Amino acid sequence: MAVKNSTYRTHFFTIIGSLLGAVLLAWKHFRSAIHRKKIMSIDDTSYFHQKDGVVTTLYPYESIPVPDNGRYRLHNEMEDCIVCDLCAKICPVDCIAIDPIKSTVEIGKTSDGSTRRIYAATFDIDMAKCCYCGLCTTVCPTESLTMTKAYDYSEFDIRNMVYHFADLSPEESVVKRKEWDEAQAAKLAAKAAPVATEEKPSAVADGEQPVAKPKPFIPKAMPPKVAIPVKKADDANVTPSAESKPEETPKPKVSIPPKIKIPLPKKKDDDATKGETTE
Amino acid sequence: MFVWAFLLTLTVILLYAVVVVYAERKAAAFVQDRLGPLEVGPKGLLQTVADLLKLLQKEDIIPNASDKILFRLAPWLIFIAIFCGFIALPWAPGLVGSDLPSGIFMIFAVVSLDVIGLFMVGWGANNKYALFGAVRSIAQIISYEIPLGLCLLAVVTFTGTLNLQEIAAQQALHSTSYLFGIPAVDVSHWGGIFAWNIIRFPVLIPVAILFFITTLAECNRAPFDIPEAESELVAGFHTEYSGFRFGMLFLSEYAMMLLVALLLVFLFLGAWHSPLPNIAAIALCDWTSGAVGHWSAIAWSVFWLGIKTMTVVFWQIMLRWTFPRLRVDQLMHLCWKLFLPLSMLLVLTSAVWKWFLIA
Ligand code: SF4
Ligand code: SF4
Repeated sequence: MAVKNSTYRTHFFTIIGSLLGAVLLAWKHFRSAIHRKKIMSIDDTSYFHQKDGVVTTLYPYESIPVPDNGRYRLHNEMEDCIVCDLCAKICPVDCIAIDPIKSTVEIGKTSDGSTRRIYAATFDIDMAKCCYCGLCTTVCPTESLTMTKAYDYSEFDIRNMVYHFADLSPEESVVKRKEWDEAQAAKLAAKAAPVATEEKPSAVADGEQPVAKPKPFIPKAMPPKVAIPVKKADDANVTPSAESKPEETPKPKVSIPPKIKIPLPKKKDDDATKGETTE
Repeated sequence: MFVWAFLLTLTVILLYAVVVVYAERKAAAFVQDRLGPLEVGPKGLLQTVADLLKLLQKEDIIPNASDKILFRLAPWLIFIAIFCGFIALPWAPGLVGSDLPSGIFMIFAVVSLDVIGLFMVGWGANNKYALFGAVRSIAQIISYEIPLGLCLLAVVTFTGTLNLQEIAAQQALHSTSYLFGIPAVDVSHWGGIFAWNIIRFPVLIPVAILFFITTLAECNRAPFDIPEAESELVAGFHTEYSGFRFGMLFLSEYAMMLLVALLLVFLFLGAWHSPLPNIAAIALCDWTSGAVGHWSAIAWSVFWLGIKTMTVVFWQIMLRWTFPRLRVDQLMHLCWKLFLPLSMLLVLTSAVWKWFLIA
């Protein structure tokens, strides 16, 4: 204590001086509050030259311009997307859900000349989960997936944070899927015709389909879940099936509460098995 | 007169609280390079009104384990104690609740009852933070009352009266005044700032500074706000209070600020007299004082009193946003080892100087 007191005493005038300095500093800030710093982008050369004045940006009324390379909301230019699923695979938080349907014919060319052969019946990006890492835009071979400058898109309902980019309507996707399945079946039938009996084609068809579809699916939707995947891989295949699809459109949104999710696939499972067997 | 003064005081305190809370938030914002309230009303002017309405509608929560009587009674006691302090404070020449000959003494006797209220708040709430706040508050207020009392003594030694009306009258134009306390230089015809107590009698300059600092501590204002210390004690002694009762505690704090600012103006800064002096033919003081007995005199008095008081309040606010809070031991060190000897010295100087003035 004694030491402390002596320092108090010896520093008396220093303390008074620094107290006065503090008052002057506060007064300087108070006075310079008549200025406001201009709202300017960080790109502006004079951005760091504004030393004094109020820094507040009245956000909803004003906003600081976002630089051109701002990395905020994702946008997918479907015209250019080849539905390669790379973005969904790389995404660390699995917020991109793609349901591809192969087309029987070439759909078109992307702007960089790649051929588009796959439709996306679903191309949902859940921006609520997105961590804005930008990995998906880096891997995108056609640069169709980009990050835009839009950052103010909060929603009252979290389900509205899911952005849909699908290039097929549910009805269209039903048609397209049928087309592909039929084309596939026809091809197999043509192959098998000389050799096999009636049963074989269907069996092969069953085998064939999972090979074509699960590839995109298994990595995308399932990895985090441990025990169920085997069953669910089927569900996943099946979800877009002909009968259930129209009902299904709003479903991806509901996918958060697990209780709802589990019963649904079961139904579809039944439907689907029926569907497949009948086919 | 008494009733009028009562109503006037109450209205002034309420209006003042509304304005000053807004001013405080704006000043805080400006010191910190922000904009402060902007949304409610033009330039956010109605923000305090909105906050008050919110406060009045809040649920009045009384903790189960609290001492209900103390808890309910305490805010009233605090507010009444501080409000009573205004009795002896004149608002304009002749407009005073009670023209007590022992005005200053009465004010400080009544206002110190505030401590009992604070302790009731802290004890009644049965909350450790509230109790800590109350204990700190009592330690602080009682300690600082001593240098404060000595400061007053230094002033009273010079003025020779405890009546605030008389102290005000002494600082008017044509009352005896000496430049910087030197009897040879009679400047009583100058008036204005030269009639102020601190200029007439320069010992009062350090006394005024000391008075300002100790009254900050009396009001529990930063940098002496350890009883409230948001960062340590939640909200200090009024932690458990909500709604109307909290509003009263809050109002008392601001009323106390006004009280001490008014006292500072009365004792040191020329009360309600114009600060502009008469210089030869340019009779600034006459022009800004109104004719004696005319309504213009009252208007000018209220104007100057308001301006001066608000300047003092403004600096009370500015200091809050400038200095960090003192530690408990630093607070006590400052009071007992620095302010107390200093104020004693000042009383002595004041007495000796006054003796030479008379002689
Ligand atoms: S930015 Fe990152 S987290 Fe967001 S969708 Fe792309 S890969 Fe996923
Ligand atoms: S990586 Fe690009 S091209 Fe591939 S699916 Fe994603 S958006 Fe489409």
